[in-house]
Amino acid sequence: MSTTDDIYAGSQETTDGRVFTVTGRDWDELVRGIGDDLAEERVVVNMGPQHPSTHGVLRLILEIEGETVTEARCGIGYLHTGIEKNMEYRSWVQGTTFCTRMDYLSPFYNEASYVLGVERLLDIEDQIPEKASVMRVLLMELNRISSHLVCIATGGMEIGALTVMTIGFRERELVLDLFELITGLRMNHAFIRPGGVAQDLPPGALDEIRGFIELMKKRLPEYAALCNANPIFKGRLEGVGHLDLEGCMALGLTGPVLRSTGYAWDLRKTQPYCGYEDYEFDVQTWDTSDSYGRFRVRLNEMWESLRIVQQCADRLAALEGAPVMVADKKIAWPSQLSIGSDGMGNSLDHIRHIMGESMEALIHHFKLVTEGFRVPPGQAYVPLESPRGELGAHVVSDGGTRPFRAHFRDPSFNNLQATSVMSEGGQVADVIVAIASIDPVMGGVDR
Amino acid sequence: MSDEDKTTGPTPPAEIDSDVAQSGTESQAVAARTGMFGVRGTGDTSGYGGLVAPVVFPGAASRPFGGYFDEVADAIEAVTGAPSRVVVHRGEITFHVRREDLEVFARALRDDAKLRFEMCLGVSGVHYPDDVDAELHAVYHFLSMTYNRRVRVEVSAPDADPHVPSLVSIYPMLDWHERETYDMFGLIFDGHPALTRILMPDDWPGHPQRKDYPLGGIPVEYKGATIPPPDQRRAYN
Repeated sequence: MSTTDDIYAGSQETTDGRVFTVTGRDWDELVRGIGDDLAEERVVVNMGPQHPSTHGVLRLILEIEGETVTEARCGIGYLHTGIEKNMEYRSWVQGTTFCTRMDYLSPFYNEASYVLGVERLLDIEDQIPEKASVMRVLLMELNRISSHLVCIATGGMEIGALTVMTIGFRERELVLDLFELITGLRMNHAFIRPGGVAQDLPPGALDEIRGFIELMKKRLPEYAALCNANPIFKGRLEGVGHLDLEGCMALGLTGPVLRSTGYAWDLRKTQPYCGYEDYEFDVQTWDTSDSYGRFRVRLNEMWESLRIVQQCADRLAALEGAPVMVADKKIAWPSQLSIGSDGMGNSLDHIRHIMGESMEALIHHFKLVTEGFRVPPGQAYVPLESPRGELGAHVVSDGGTRPFRAHFRDPSFNNLQATSVMSEGGQVADVIVAIASIDPVMGGVDR
Repeated sequence: MSDEDKTTGPTPPAEIDSDVAQSGTESQAVAARTGMFGVRGTGDTSGYGGLVAPVVFPGAASRPFGGYFDEVADAIEAVTGAPSRVVVHRGEITFHVRREDLEVFARALRDDAKLRFEMCLGVSGVHYPDDVDAELHAVYHFLSMTYNRRVRVEVSAPDADPHVPSLVSIYPMLDWHERETYDMFGLIFDGHPALTRILMPDDWPGHPQRKDYPLGGIPVEYKGATIPPPDQRRAYN
């Protein structure tokens, strides 16, 4: 047995049989070694949870025969942080700071689905200022671009296309710079709040956004040029991770996976929220039901997102100075942020007002910030089209100042169920491609 | 892919008339809130200690429900009989179903030509400790892509007998969702092919999302001080 010689990759006897630890060596040699005395037994390979190509802490349990996967199962939960439980002990506004951390590649979608649910329970959906909705759409569409870029970048990296990875992260950085400019943070923004958004666009933001759009129009074709007709890329992706419309329906898949079967289901069109009915864009589909189709859908969706961002920028130019928070002072966050010499903080005007001018304003500020507002009892579920599919927050209130229950239907969680169907019967290497095409984010899966 | 296919999704549903859809003069009290400022254990000097405010959830709605809700309700009632309660609140409809009827109900939602709810977006548990004999709720969200409609179905089970029929045989997509709800609430979905924990470790004791789950505080090495668990800290209620 050759594997027992290596102190870093030995084998040991356990109650479940012999366990081999493999750390980067010739696979053939290992299989030969196993074959010596375990010829008749099945080989179960644990891939992950710490594996560079399983998209975070996803554990794959693969039963293999040579290089062919006969059974594939997912083990999840390694990133469970109890976000939903934590939210039950914070005010309604503080909830956004928790849920933004779930699916860390699409934070604005997490915030928006939660906030839309809270707003529905508050019955203030009609009072959200136009500018707040436009800014939400702007941020969400920029976020869709950055999320798809990471998907394409890491998906490329996992099949050895490192240039796709480097240019993907290069462009994502541009989006994150915009996020930093607008919200102050590159991720974990907590910017979309019940009633609107945390603050107005900073000066010069529209110029930056327009510059970004122009740059992306030059950069996005690079992905197409690198990948679309690349024979190696196509060879790895085409026909891999096949899941047709029936499969998607049975397993509840939404998002690019569903659209890669040719079905133009996109909640932005079918059940518009945040005023998506006012924007011009097309739902992108493909008809191959495989990983390659999902790549093309994502690539095309980035173009559509750019179109929407352009329309948002045009609308925002006409909305200079408009409110970004609901007028109801019992809900709207009282303090405004501003950038001082030591970074972003409460605006000095507001501090002067509550500390020096109005006792009532101080009480109001204190009550709203520490206690928060009350939300009428009931439950709401507001779904939206995240980069990965339908994301919905089931928000339950008992009339208190905290969520009674907030449950997130995360698309990654649901879509990962398709791993078995997509990868059984294929090669081990194709499991990676299939999972990359689902684009799961474990922060969202485990919450 | 041809260009004309790209925008052919189903058309958006007609606006639901909010006046009609907000029916429900009856209400459903499940708990009561007492006092203010969350004072516990010590004498309340705030003067608000005697306040009792019932927690009242939206009650059963009466016909017409408004929008497509009536069509859906008619189609369901034709197959399964009336659900125990229908709540229409904030433009969303919830059918409260007895747990023994859930499977028939879900099968009708999926298969009936007038319903065609192809997707179940998952099950979310809610624990109402004060809702006697119905402490654990399982809330299902259904989506019909054919008609572009959504409904919610809610079943409850008493804490002493936390069993709900599994819908995995009808909606395979619920596999992991039911495991999560079992993991977090201890609701047992009878008939699930492999009802094991999914997010918590296999040997974890208890079900963390339940309201009575002990949260535990953090001991601080400073003169025997501890930080109390969040549910025992002083807070507004």
